[in-house]
Amino acid sequence: MTDHSFVRTEMLPEQPAPLGETGILLWLKTNMFSGIANSIASVVTIVIIYILAKEIILWGYQPSWGLGSVRACFDDPNVTGACWGVIPERFNQLMYGFYPKDEQWRINLSFFLMVAAIAPVLFNKIPRKAIYFSLLYPFIAFWLIWGDSIWGPIAALAGFAIAYGAIRVLNPVAGAIVGITTGVLLALVWWLFAAVPASVIVNGVIPIELEVVQSRNIGGLTLSVIIGISGIALSFPIGVILALGRQSDMFIVKVLCVGFIEFIRGVPLITLLFVASILLNYFLPPGTSFDLLLRVVIVVTLFSAAYLAEVVRGGLAALPTGQYEAADALGLDYWKSMRLIIMPQALKISIPGIVSNFIGLFKDTTLVSIIGLLDPVGLINAIRGTAEWKGILWELYIFLALMFWIFTFAMSRYSMYLERKLKTGH
Amino acid sequence: MAMADQNAGPTFRLSMLIYDTRYRSLTIQVIVLIGFMAGGVWLVNNMLNNLSDLGKDLGFGFLNDAAGFEISPQLIEFSSQDSNLRAAIVGMLNTLMVAVVGCIIATIIGVIVGIARLSKNWVVARLMTVYVEMFRNVPILLWIVFAIAIINDIFPVPRAFKGDSATASMLFNESVALTNRGFYVPSPIWLQGSMVVVIVFILSLVAIKFFGTWSKKRQEATGDILPNFWIKLGIFVVPAVLIYFIMGRPIELDYPAFVKFNFEGGLFIRAPFIAITMALALYTAAFIAEAVRSGIQAISKGQSEAAFALGLRPNRTMQLIILPQALRVIIPPLISQFLNLTKNSSLATAVGYIEITGTLGGTILNQTGREMECIMLLMLIYLSISLSISMVMNVYNNSVKLKER
Repeated sequence: MTDHSFVRTEMLPEQPAPLGETGILLWLKTNMFSGIANSIASVVTIVIIYILAKEIILWGYQPSWGLGSVRACFDDPNVTGACWGVIPERFNQLMYGFYPKDEQWRINLSFFLMVAAIAPVLFNKIPRKAIYFSLLYPFIAFWLIWGDSIWGPIAALAGFAIAYGAIRVLNPVAGAIVGITTGVLLALVWWLFAAVPASVIVNGVIPIELEVVQSRNIGGLTLSVIIGISGIALSFPIGVILALGRQSDMFIVKVLCVGFIEFIRGVPLITLLFVASILLNYFLPPGTSFDLLLRVVIVVTLFSAAYLAEVVRGGLAALPTGQYEAADALGLDYWKSMRLIIMPQALKISIPGIVSNFIGLFKDTTLVSIIGLLDPVGLINAIRGTAEWKGILWELYIFLALMFWIFTFAMSRYSMYLERKLKTGH
Repeated sequence: MAMADQNAGPTFRLSMLIYDTRYRSLTIQVIVLIGFMAGGVWLVNNMLNNLSDLGKDLGFGFLNDAAGFEISPQLIEFSSQDSNLRAAIVGMLNTLMVAVVGCIIATIIGVIVGIARLSKNWVVARLMTVYVEMFRNVPILLWIVFAIAIINDIFPVPRAFKGDSATASMLFNESVALTNRGFYVPSPIWLQGSMVVVIVFILSLVAIKFFGTWSKKRQEATGDILPNFWIKLGIFVVPAVLIYFIMGRPIELDYPAFVKFNFEGGLFIRAPFIAITMALALYTAAFIAEAVRSGIQAISKGQSEAAFALGLRPNRTMQLIILPQALRVIIPPLISQFLNLTKNSSLATAVGYIEITGTLGGTILNQTGREMECIMLLMLIYLSISLSISMVMNVYNNSVKLKER
């Protein structure tokens, strides 16, 4: 009998997948052309992007980086769009404002030191000891930027040392309350009465001085960074304390905190800046007047602290009550339970909010141009007012927007990194 | 005995004010209160001293003086003879106008962008991401000055529309002119009988509301779903249009036209208003988009899978299952974005749109020299606007909140 049934005995060679089911075509099909509506949307979007990109590149790609004035751009037949010469020519001003040319290394140095000072706060791979440098940094930066005798900041620092020493000595002997009170009082006495004469005397013996630079000469991105960074650093502790105050059982403390937070959050920053520039001197004893930049930093700090307090409060409210009860059950007092149990968890929850708050603060530093400080936005008008750059606009706006974008985008990426790092869930 | 001694002696000692937790909070509160009041008294005292040194007094009489300056746009009648108070109110109305228009545009764009960011279409999702990151990470002040520069640079001067040698042309059948000073659009003329049309239109809105409740009740009773959207659209359009023609077209449009030196007729929307509103709306929309996206993503995937398992189609899943739940997450950040937009409208001074900061905190302050009163009043007005917005929105928030036991 012959076997009529047909059974293939050998395997067929593997065929490649159909053209539309692999690689880029499959990707295009699923992600861009998966239906009629989707295809239309893709095509329309691509056309829009193409038109915009073409216009922007045609306008922006110009051999005008070396030209020295609007006139030169206008006369140059090769330049048909952007006049980029303003950026290299005014770069210095946009970065440092009217800071004296020969002293600008001080700004650069304090910027690099700032990176070194912030690093231990941001990343935990760096040795913990480096945090001491971060604590010293504000004094170093103040001296570098504003100049004058080095003994001024050192005398200010000595006040903290005195307070710390007094607390360390008195705490075991007389108890925490007496120790802290004495320490704070000693430091206040030192700052108010002894610090200035002491620094003058020491400077007479060992003069270490830098040329004094007035606040009004500080401008450009430097100004934004100074206001932004000091606002961020100072508003964080104040914000946390306000949040705790708002959650407090003590009625009066709670009412004061709520009142402060709601007041600040209810008014625009610009009105508070008006207060700083016009009204603040009215509320101080007659004759006292301090630096506008310092007043702005104070106001920006308070403004940011109120918003931060709300973010942290959200984090506190999100914690289960069990955490508070567990801390109490362990016998921890209020501050210990906050420091060891509650805050680490609450702050972790509120990281995205905190960082976006800081981003907002950094962006809001541009508002100081309205009260006449020369931040980058304020400098645009100064530059446009000169004869050689009359009427120039887009190039400066795009440059500034890009500058701010880099800073704030970096901050938002850092917040994502931090969230991932601190994630302990499954 | 020791036990008895402890129970018998609740004598109050002064040190208990610090060391006994029952009294310590009282001590702290009293100290805080005294400190606060002392600080307040010190500040007010300084202020009064400083003011009297300058020969000024504290008073709001200046609000009744003639303002002596012009404001445009003005929602209520205002001339330079009117009082400062009226100037401030005109400014406040201008603030509110920017806030309301801005919030509406921002919500529409924000919701669309937020949903489009989650689209399966790669190009669309990427484009929306670029939009959001671009607007969120650049200061609002830059966007505002950017916006006015765009209008001033891109659109032609009104003269370009002139006569036969026009270099620019009007859009939409000669009815809209986009110039660098602002946009001219047709404005309605209300003729005799137009009230009837308006009333019918309002009635049809009420009818839509009633129809919505009725159709929902019907669906819950019978399970039958009506084509709600089309019926509502019909109620919205048909009666008003019918009455409009029955009454003999009582509403006409006044078209802008170029006469001699400038446009006449129609409605003139000034460039500063467009710039500030669009900049605020686009900027805030980026934040709203993020709120919408995270709100939708916060709804667990099981919800949409359950809806699909029930046999609901994607758009009904979105409408009936996802959105009602996502709304609860979206509303609180939305409220704070509306508040931010309102407060950011104070930056309108940067483009010359005159609102409350421009009047009370600008011209009036400079003319009267009463910075203390002006800025206090300015803050008070902003505070009350903010508090009323958050109050209204909180009422709404409570109505969509999850009803728990």
